[in-house]
Amino acid sequence: MTIPLSWYLVFAAALFSIGFFTTLSRRNAVAVLMGVELMLNAVNVNLVAFWRYLTPTDMAGQIFVVFVFTVAAAEAAVGLALMISIYRTRKTINIDEITDLKR
Amino acid sequence: MSESFFNLTWLIPLPMVLAFFAIILFANPKKRLSSNIAIGAVILSWIMSWAVAISFFINPELTEAPIDLTVPWLPVGSHVFHAGVAVDAVTAGMLFMVGFVLTMIFIYSAGYMTFPGHLDPKKYPDAAKEGLDPRYSRFFAYISLFATGMLGLVIADNLLMLFMFWELMGLCSYLLIGFWFDKSYPDPKQITPKAAGLKAFLTTRVGDVLFMMGLIFLFIHAGDLNFQAIFGNHEFLEELAASKVYLPIFGNVSWAGLIAMLIFWGSIGKSAQFPLHVWLPDAMEGPTPVSALIHAATMVSAGVYLIVRMSPLFAAAAHGGSSVMMFVAFIGAFTALFSATIALAQKDIKKVLAYSTISQLGYMVAALGIGAWVAAVIHLLIHAFFKALLFMGSGSVIHGVHHGHEHAHHAHGHDAHGHEEYFDAQDMFNMGGLLKRMPITGWTFIIGGASLSAFPLITAGFWSKDEILAHAWDGGHMAVFWTLAAAAFLTAFYTFRQIFLTFVGEPRTEAAKHAPENVRAMTWPLVALAFFAIFGGFIAVPHDFPVVGAIASDFLAQLMEMQGEFYHLHVAPAAFNWLPAGISMLLALSGMFAGWLMYGRKPLKAGQPDPLRNWLGPLYDVLENKYYFDELYNFLFIQPAMKLASFAFTFDRCVIDKIVRTVAAFGAWLARSLRRWIDEGIIDRAVNFSGLVTQGFGSVLRLVQTGQAQNYLLIMLLSVVILLLLIPFGG
Repeated sequence: MTIPLSWYLVFAAALFSIGFFTTLSRRNAVAVLMGVELMLNAVNVNLVAFWRYLTPTDMAGQIFVVFVFTVAAAEAAVGLALMISIYRTRKTINIDEITDLKR
Repeated sequence: MSESFFNLTWLIPLPMVLAFFAIILFANPKKRLSSNIAIGAVILSWIMSWAVAISFFINPELTEAPIDLTVPWLPVGSHVFHAGVAVDAVTAGMLFMVGFVLTMIFIYSAGYMTFPGHLDPKKYPDAAKEGLDPRYSRFFAYISLFATGMLGLVIADNLLMLFMFWELMGLCSYLLIGFWFDKSYPDPKQITPKAAGLKAFLTTRVGDVLFMMGLIFLFIHAGDLNFQAIFGNHEFLEELAASKVYLPIFGNVSWAGLIAMLIFWGSIGKSAQFPLHVWLPDAMEGPTPVSALIHAATMVSAGVYLIVRMSPLFAAAAHGGSSVMMFVAFIGAFTALFSATIALAQKDIKKVLAYSTISQLGYMVAALGIGAWVAAVIHLLIHAFFKALLFMGSGSVIHGVHHGHEHAHHAHGHDAHGHEEYFDAQDMFNMGGLLKRMPITGWTFIIGGASLSAFPLITAGFWSKDEILAHAWDGGHMAVFWTLAAAAFLTAFYTFRQIFLTFVGEPRTEAAKHAPENVRAMTWPLVALAFFAIFGGFIAVPHDFPVVGAIASDFLAQLMEMQGEFYHLHVAPAAFNWLPAGISMLLALSGMFAGWLMYGRKPLKAGQPDPLRNWLGPLYDVLENKYYFDELYNFLFIQPAMKLASFAFTFDRCVIDKIVRTVAAFGAWLARSLRRWIDEGIIDRAVNFSGLVTQGFGSVLRLVQTGQAQNYLLIMLLSVVILLLLIPFGG
C-alpha cells in the first residue's frame, strides 16, 4: 500500500505551522531563525511530494528544492552573523529590545 | 602722394585712447610708467598729425576735393550715419598746431606734476617719497583722453562726431579742473577746484544744449551732418537761408539764421565768450598744464573752429538777410574789449592770462563775424602757440615760487607745528625779480608776452592780429576795428604789467627770493614754443608787405583761401594798408610803454599797492571783481534756481510725500484687512485643517509601527487568514 499524497501535505502543513508559531512566539532571535528554517523545509517537503506524485518525469521540483536549500544555508549564515554582531554591540539578542526600525 | 596715404588720419587719435586705457587698466600704480606711456603715445600722434598736415600742405590741389574717408556707422531709421575723417586746409592747419602743442604740454606735465603743496605728505607717504602727485597716473590718463577728444574733433568729418568729441573734451575739462578736488582755501569766497569744475561744466552745458538743438534742426533740413555734403552744396544753403520760420519775439527768421545762431551759442559756451565767459577764469583752479592745454591752446579754440567749419552756413544766412554774422562780430569784439579791461586789475598770474585768452578768442570770433575766417584760423594757430607758452611759463613761475616758499620756510624752519600762514604762489604781488632767478622761464615768457601784445614786426602775434585788423578796416567794419584796436592797447598794457610785476625789480617775498629755475622737462617745451611764438608769424605776413613779405610765405592763408572756393566762401586777402597797421603798431607800442611807465620804471616794493588803483579809482574795484558778473549770475540764476529747488523740496515733502504716504497707508490697511480676513481666516485655516487631518491619521497609524518584525508577521498572518475567509464570499 502506498502512502497517499495528502499525508505528506498534512505533515508539511504541520511543520510549517510549528515553524511559523516559533517565529512569532519566540523572543530569542536564534530561535526565530530556527522557525524560519522549519518553514522553508515544510515548503521543501511540499515540493518533493508534488513532484513525486504529480510530475515524476519532470525534474523541476527537485531542482527547486536544491535552490531553496542553498538560499536557506546562505540565509542562516547571514542571519547568524547578524545575531553575533548585534549581540556584541548590545549584549542581547532579545528581539523585543531590537526595535530600531521604529524611529 | 596717393590719397590712400591719408588713411593714416584714422590712426591719429588711436595712440591716445590706447594710452588712456593702458594707464587706467594696467599702468596706474607705476607713476613714471604711466607718464612714459602717455608721452610715447602723444609723440606717435604728433608724428602722424604732422605727416598728414605736411602732405596736405605740399599738395595744394587737394583743396579742390578735400579728403573725406567714411565708413557706415550708425543706422538711424532710414538714414545711416557715416563715421569719417576729413582733411582740408583748416584741418591740416589745426593738426599741425594740436599735435605739437599736445606733445610739448605732455612733456611739461611730467615735470610739473610734483607733490602738491596742499596735500599732507604723511597721508601719501609713497607719493611724497617719489616727489610726485599721488594721482600722477590719473592725470596722464585724463589728458590722454582729452587728447583723443581734441584730435578726434579736428579730423571729424561730420557734426555728430564733432559733437561727441566736443562733449568728451567737456568731460575731461571738468575732470581736470577739479583734479585737486581736495584742495580748499582759507578764504571761503575763493572758488575751490571742485566748484570750479562744476561751474565750467554747467556753464558750457548751456551753450551745448543750444548747439545740439541747432544740430537737430540742421539734420532735419539737410538729412545729413557731413560737412562737405552740407557746406559743399551751395544751392541747399541758399534754400535754407530763404526758408522762413516764425519765432515768438524775434518774428520771422530764416532757418539758416536760426541754426547758425543756435550753433554759435555752442561756441560761446566752449570759447568762453560773453555772456558765458564766467567759467574760464575759474577753470584756472586746475593744474597749470591743463590751463595751458585745455583752457588756452586747444579746447577753447574748438568753439572758434566750429564757427570756421560752419562759415558757409553763416555766410549763406547773412546773404539771406539774417543778422547772425553781425551778432557774432558784436559778441567777439565786445568780449575782446570787455575781458581785456578785467585783465587789467587781476592779481593772479593765471587769471590775467585767462582773461587775455577770452579776449583773444573774442578777436577770432569778431574776425569770423566780419567774414575774415582765414585770419581767424591763423590767429587761432598762432595764439595757441604763444598762449600755451605763456601758461606754461606762468606754471613754471608758480612752481618756482612755491619751491622758493618751501625753501624759505625750511630755512627758518623751527616752526614745525604746522601753523604756517597761507601763501598764494600765484599772486603777482608776491613775486618780482624772477628774471634773474629763472632766466629761461623769464625770457621765454617775455617772448610770449611780446607776441601776445603784438610787438611789431618780429612777433607772430603781431602778424596774425594785424590780419584781423586789416580785414576789419578793409571791410569797413569801423566799430569792430576800433573796439579791437582799443583791446590791443589794453592787451599790451596788462601783458607788460604782468611781465614787470613778475620778472623785474626786487623780489617782494622770501619765496620769490629763493625761487629756483625748473627741471629741463619744463623749460625745453618753453623754448620750443617760443620758437613758434616768433617765427610762426611768418605764415601770416601779407605777401605785399615790404621786405619781410618777400621772404616769408603766407602759404597757409593762400591754401585756406583756395579751400574757401570749395565751400563757396570768397575771401579776398586784405590788401596791406599802412594806416590800420600803423594804428595797431602805435597802440601796441603805447600800451607797452604805459606798462613800463607804471610798473617798469619804478618797480613795486613789497607791500606797495597797485599804482593802477590810484588812476582808476573805484573802477579798479569793479574790474578786480570782474564787473560783478559772478554776483549777478548768482543773483539772477543760481539763487532763483536754489530757491526753486528748496521750494520744490518743500512741495515734495508737504504735498507729494503726503499723497504718497496716504496711498501707502491705504495699501497697508488693505493688506492688513486681506491678511486678517482672507489669509488668516480662510486660507490659513484650510491649510491648517489639512495638516491636522494628516497628523491625526498619522498618530493612529503610528501605533502599528512597533518596529518588531514579529508584530508585522502576525499582521501578515491575520491578513492572509482574513483573505482566505473572504474567498468563499468573493467567489
